[in-house]
Amino acid sequence: MGHAMISLEARPIASKFWGIASPLLAIVVTVAVGALIFAAMGKDPVRGLGVFFWEPIKSTYALSELAVKATPLILIALGLAVCFRSNVWNIGAEGQYLLGALFGGGVALTASADTGRWIVLAILLAGVVGGMCWAAIVALLRDRFNANEILVSLMLVYVATFLLTYMVYGPWKDPMGFNFPQTKTFEKATQIPRIIDGLRMNIGLIIALASAALLWVFLFRTFRGYQLQVGGIAPAAARYAGFSSRGALWTALLISGGAAGLAGALEVAGPIGQLTPYVPAGYGFAAIIVAFVGRLHPVGIVFAAILMSMFYIGGELAQSRLGMPKSLTGVFQGLLLFALLACDTLIAYRVRVKK
Amino acid sequence: MNELALLLAATLNAGTVLAIAALGLLINEKAGIVNLGAEGLMLCAAIAGFATVVHTGNDWIGFLAGAGAGALLAAIFGVLVIWLNTNQYATGLALSLFGVGFSAFAGVKYVQEKLPERSNFSIPLLSDIPLIGAALFKQHPLVYFGIALTIGIIWFLYRTRAGLVLRSVGESPESAHALGYPVRRIRLLAVAVGGAMCGLAGAYLSIVYTPLWVEGMVAGKGWIALALTTFATWRPARVLLGAYLFGGVTMLQFALQSRGVAVSEQLLSMLPYVATIVVLALISRNPTWIRVNMPASLGRPFSP
Amino acid sequence: MDETASTRRLELRHVTKRYPSVVANDDVSLCVAPGEIHAVLGENGAGKSTLMKVIYGAVKPDAGEMLFDGVPFLAKNPRDARAHGIAMVFQHFSLFETLSVAENIWLGLDKSISLNQVRESIASTAQKYGLPLEADRPVHTLSVGERQRVEIMRSLLTQPKLLILDEPTSVLTPQAVEKLFDTLKQLAASGCSILYISHKLDEIRALCTNCTVLRGGKVTGMVDPRKESNASLSRLMIGAEPPQLQHREASLGEIALSVKKLSLKSEAMFCTDLLDISFDVRAGEIVGIAGVSGNGQQELLAALSGESTRAPRGSVLLFGNDIAAKNPQARRAGGLYFVPEERLGRGAVPVHSLAMNGLLTRASDLVGSSWLKWITPKQNASLAGEVISRFNVKAGGHDAVAKSLSGGNLQKYIVGREISAKPKVLIVSQPTWGVDVGAAAQIRGELLKLRDEGCAVLVVSEELDELFELCDRMHVVAKGRLSPSIATRDASVELIGEWMSGLWEKQNA
Repeated sequence: MGHAMISLEARPIASKFWGIASPLLAIVVTVAVGALIFAAMGKDPVRGLGVFFWEPIKSTYALSELAVKATPLILIALGLAVCFRSNVWNIGAEGQYLLGALFGGGVALTASADTGRWIVLAILLAGVVGGMCWAAIVALLRDRFNANEILVSLMLVYVATFLLTYMVYGPWKDPMGFNFPQTKTFEKATQIPRIIDGLRMNIGLIIALASAALLWVFLFRTFRGYQLQVGGIAPAAARYAGFSSRGALWTALLISGGAAGLAGALEVAGPIGQLTPYVPAGYGFAAIIVAFVGRLHPVGIVFAAILMSMFYIGGELAQSRLGMPKSLTGVFQGLLLFALLACDTLIAYRVRVKK
Repeated sequence: MNELALLLAATLNAGTVLAIAALGLLINEKAGIVNLGAEGLMLCAAIAGFATVVHTGNDWIGFLAGAGAGALLAAIFGVLVIWLNTNQYATGLALSLFGVGFSAFAGVKYVQEKLPERSNFSIPLLSDIPLIGAALFKQHPLVYFGIALTIGIIWFLYRTRAGLVLRSVGESPESAHALGYPVRRIRLLAVAVGGAMCGLAGAYLSIVYTPLWVEGMVAGKGWIALALTTFATWRPARVLLGAYLFGGVTMLQFALQSRGVAVSEQLLSMLPYVATIVVLALISRNPTWIRVNMPASLGRPFSP
Repeated sequence: MDETASTRRLELRHVTKRYPSVVANDDVSLCVAPGEIHAVLGENGAGKSTLMKVIYGAVKPDAGEMLFDGVPFLAKNPRDARAHGIAMVFQHFSLFETLSVAENIWLGLDKSISLNQVRESIASTAQKYGLPLEADRPVHTLSVGERQRVEIMRSLLTQPKLLILDEPTSVLTPQAVEKLFDTLKQLAASGCSILYISHKLDEIRALCTNCTVLRGGKVTGMVDPRKESNASLSRLMIGAEPPQLQHREASLGEIALSVKKLSLKSEAMFCTDLLDISFDVRAGEIVGIAGVSGNGQQELLAALSGESTRAPRGSVLLFGNDIAAKNPQARRAGGLYFVPEERLGRGAVPVHSLAMNGLLTRASDLVGSSWLKWITPKQNASLAGEVISRFNVKAGGHDAVAKSLSGGNLQKYIVGREISAKPKVLIVSQPTWGVDVGAAAQIRGELLKLRDEGCAVLVVSEELDELFELCDRMHVVAKGRLSPSIATRDASVELIGEWMSGLWEKQNA
C-alpha cells in the first residue's frame, strides 16, 4: 500500500492504563475544543476556561456551591451505574428525580410552623418512594410487557414534567403567591440541615458520599451485586448460573429510582425550598454522563460529578461574566461524553499507523 | 373548513414530522443500527434549517441545511459506532445530550425571529372537494413528500437488490461480510441517510410547523419516532400510519382544549407520551412478534 | 486425470500471516491441479481457516504470493475472488435466516443476474448435481443439511474453478456425507478444483487425492492420503498418535437422572419442539446423545440444566426428586452440574478473572450464608488456583480474564470447575468442540475418571468418534425426538447415522 493508513488493532486484553487514562484524555479534548469555542466567539480562551475550571474552586463559598450541584449528580449517577452495569438502560432518571421532588415536596407542604425536625426524614423517605414508584413503572412494563425501558423511562420524564407543572399551576399553587406557578415556601422545619452555617452545602453531600462507599461494597463485595453485573455483561452466563434476570431488572431500577428520588427530595427541601416549574435542571440527564465518565465506578462517579458541577457553575458564570449563553454547559457535557466514548476505543484497540 | 377538517389537516401536518424522522430511523435500523441521538439530531437540524431560512429567506435551502446537519451529525455518530465500536446506546445518548445543548447554544440569537406563515400547495380540483378537500389536498409539499417517501422506501427495501443488501446487513453483518459486502460502509451510508431524513423532519418542524425557534422544541418527537419503528414492527407503511395516529393524538389535546373539556392543559399535554408508553407495552407484549420482524443484528456491534 | 505441469489451478508460495499473539500461517506453500480434490488437514488452531481466508480474499497475507491459473493473483476481497472463479462454503454458514433461498443465493452472485434467472438456475443445477432445493422457502425453515445445500448451490452458480469447503461434514449425518462426496466427485470430474478442509482422517482418505498437512501454522507434510493410514496422518497432524483412553467396565449404581415423557413446545421461531423424550442415566455410566445440531439438543439441555424451567412437572427427576421447576442453583445443590457448549459468555464471563468466574457455579462453596452474601476475593482465588493446578490449565494465574485463555484451556478450567464440585450428575455439551487434541484427550480422560468414581455422566455431542470413545450407551436425537438407547459395543457408525435421520422406528417395527 502506498499511502499511510491508520488502523485499529484489537488488543488481546483490555488495556488497564487506558481504562484510567481515557477519561483524562477525554477531559483534555473537551477543554481544547472549549478553548476553540471561546476563541471562535471572540472571547479570551484563558479567561473562559478560568470561569469553568478555576472560579468554581477558588473559595470556600465556591466549593460549597460546587458541592450543592455535585450532590444530586453523585446520587443519581450512582443509581444509574447499577442500572448500566446490569444492562438496564434507564435514561429517565430525570423523571424519577422529579417524582422524588414531588413526593418530598408534598410531605414538606404538610408541615406547619410547629412541626418537628423529624419531617426531614419523612421528606427524604417520601422522595425515595416517589422515585422508586416512577422507576417501578418502567420495571413493570419491561417485565410484564417486554416494553423497551429506554423509551418508557424517557417518555415518563415528559409525563413527570407535566405532572409537576400541573401540581404547581393547579392543586398546590400558593394562594398567596400572586398567581405565580409555585407552591408556598416550605416551613423552616423542613430545611435539610446544613453542614456549615452560612453555606448552602447540606447533609445531602454526606449522604451522597456515604452512598458511594455503600455502592462500592455492594458491587464488589456482595454476591447480589455480582449477580446483577453478570446479568449485564453476559446474560447467557447469568442464565447458566441461575441468576434471576427479573430480580436484576427490579433491583437495578428500584435502586436507581430511589437514588434519583432521594436527590429530588434533597434538592427541593434544600437549596430550592419550594416547588416551581424550574425544578427540572437536567440533573437526571447530566448524571448519565457522570456515570459513564466515572466508569460506572463509585469513586470515579464522585470525581466526574465534581467535574460536571464545574460545567454547571461555569455555564452560569459564563453567562453573567462573559455574556455567553448558559447552554454552553450542555455543549461541554455532550462533548465530554462524545470524547470519552471515542477515547475508550483505546482501551480495547491499539492504533497502528501503516505505511 | 369545519373543525374536523381542521383537525385532519393538522394531524397530517404533525404526523409528517414523525413519519419522515421515523422512516429515517427505520433505514438505520434495517441496517442494524439504533440511533438514540435522533432527538438531539433533530434539534440541531431544526436550528440549522431555521437559521438558514432567516438568512436566505428560502425554505428549500433551509430544508437542505437541516438534512445536511442531520447527515453530518449522524455520520459522526456512525463513525464512532461502526468504526470505533462504541456502544450504540451510549453514543446515541451522547448525541442527544450534545444536540440539546448545542442547539440551545447556537439558537440563542434566533429565539426572537419569526418566519412568515408558509404557503401550502393545493392539488388542483381535489382541493376543491368540500370538507376533506382542503384538509387532504391543500398541504405543505413535504406532507406529500412524506407519503411518496414511504412508497419509495417500500419499493427500495423490498423490490431492489440494494434494498435486499441493506436488509441482509441488518440481518447478519457477519454473513454479509463473508460474502464480500462492505458492511461498515453500507451501515454508515444508511446512518447518514437516516440522519438526513431526521434532519429534514427537524427542519420542517422549525420552518413550517411552528414556524419559530424555541429551545428544546422537538419535545420528544425524536424519541417518539424511535418508538414508532417498533410500533410498526419495522414496516414502512405502518410507520406512516403510526405517525399519523400519533400526530392525531398530539392534535387531539388542542381539539379537546378548544372544546373546553374540563381537564387541565398540563394533563392533556401528557397524552402523546402516555399513548407512546401504552402502545409500546401493547405491541411489545408478544416477544415473538417483535423478534420475527426486528432486524436480527439490531444494536449489536460488528467488527470484521 | 490429465496432469501436466502447465495446468496448475492454484499455487501458494511462502504465504505468511501474523496476528499479534500468533503466527497463523508460517511460510505455507501449496499446489492444486484442475479437477483435483485437495485436502488441507490440521487440528483446531493449525491455521487452516486463515489460509483459506487468504485464498478467498478475506485476509491479506503479510508475505508470500498466490498464483491462479498460472497468473499472480491476490483477491482484494471475497467479491473479487468470486469474480475470478474462487468460491467458498463456510463452516459457520453465511446465510440470512429471514430471506428466501433464492434471495440468499442471489446475494452471493453477480449483480447482472435477476432474481428470476437465479430461480431458474437453482432448478437446473439442483437436478444436475442432485441438490434438491425450494427456491422460495425462507432459510430459517430449513434443516442444517439443507442450509449447507444452499451454500453449495450459491458457490456452484458462480461457475467456480476452485471450490473451498471448510469442515463441511460436521453438520451432516454419515449418509449425507456420502451424498456430498458424490456431488463433489462429480464436480471435480467436470474440472473444478476442490480444497477440502478437515480434521477428519477417514473422510480425507475416502475423498481426496492429495493432502497438505498443517501444524502450528507450518506445513508438516504433503501426501497422497489414499496411501496413508490414520496413524501416519495423525503423526503429521499432531506430531504423535492420538492418546488411547483406558475404558474400564462400568459398575452401575442407582438411577441418578431420569427424564420422563418430556414434551416441550419451543418458545421462539428457529427452535425445535421436544416430543415425548424419556431416558435414564445411572450412577457410574456415561450416556451419550448423538445427533446433528439443531434437532433439539439446545432445548433438551436447557430443560436439564434449569436454564429453562418450562418443562412439565415430573418430567425431569434427580434421584427421584422432581426438579423440572427448579432453577440451576437448586439443581446444583442436588448434585447436578452442567458444562455448556459455549465457553465464552455462557460457561464463563469473558471479562471476569478465573477467580470471579468461580462464583458462577460454585457460589455455595464460596459465598457466606448471610442475607448480603459477602464475597471474599481470597477464597475465589484459592478455588481458581486449585482448578488451574489440578487440571493443568495454562493461564496467567487466577486473575487472568477468561477471554485471555485459549479455547482448550478455558474448557479445561470450566470442566475442572464443575468436576471439582464433586457432582453426582454431570451433563456436558460438546466437551471438546474446537479444542486441541491434547486438551481433548485430557478432558475425555477426566470424564472417564469421574464415571469410574460413580458419577452419572451425560454427554451431548456432534462428534460420533468422541461418543464412541467415551460412552457406555447412546441415544440419538432427531427432530426433537429421542431414539431408544443402544450399548456402544452393539452400535455402528452406519446405524447411528441412520438414526440421526430419525429412522429408528422403521427398524424396530
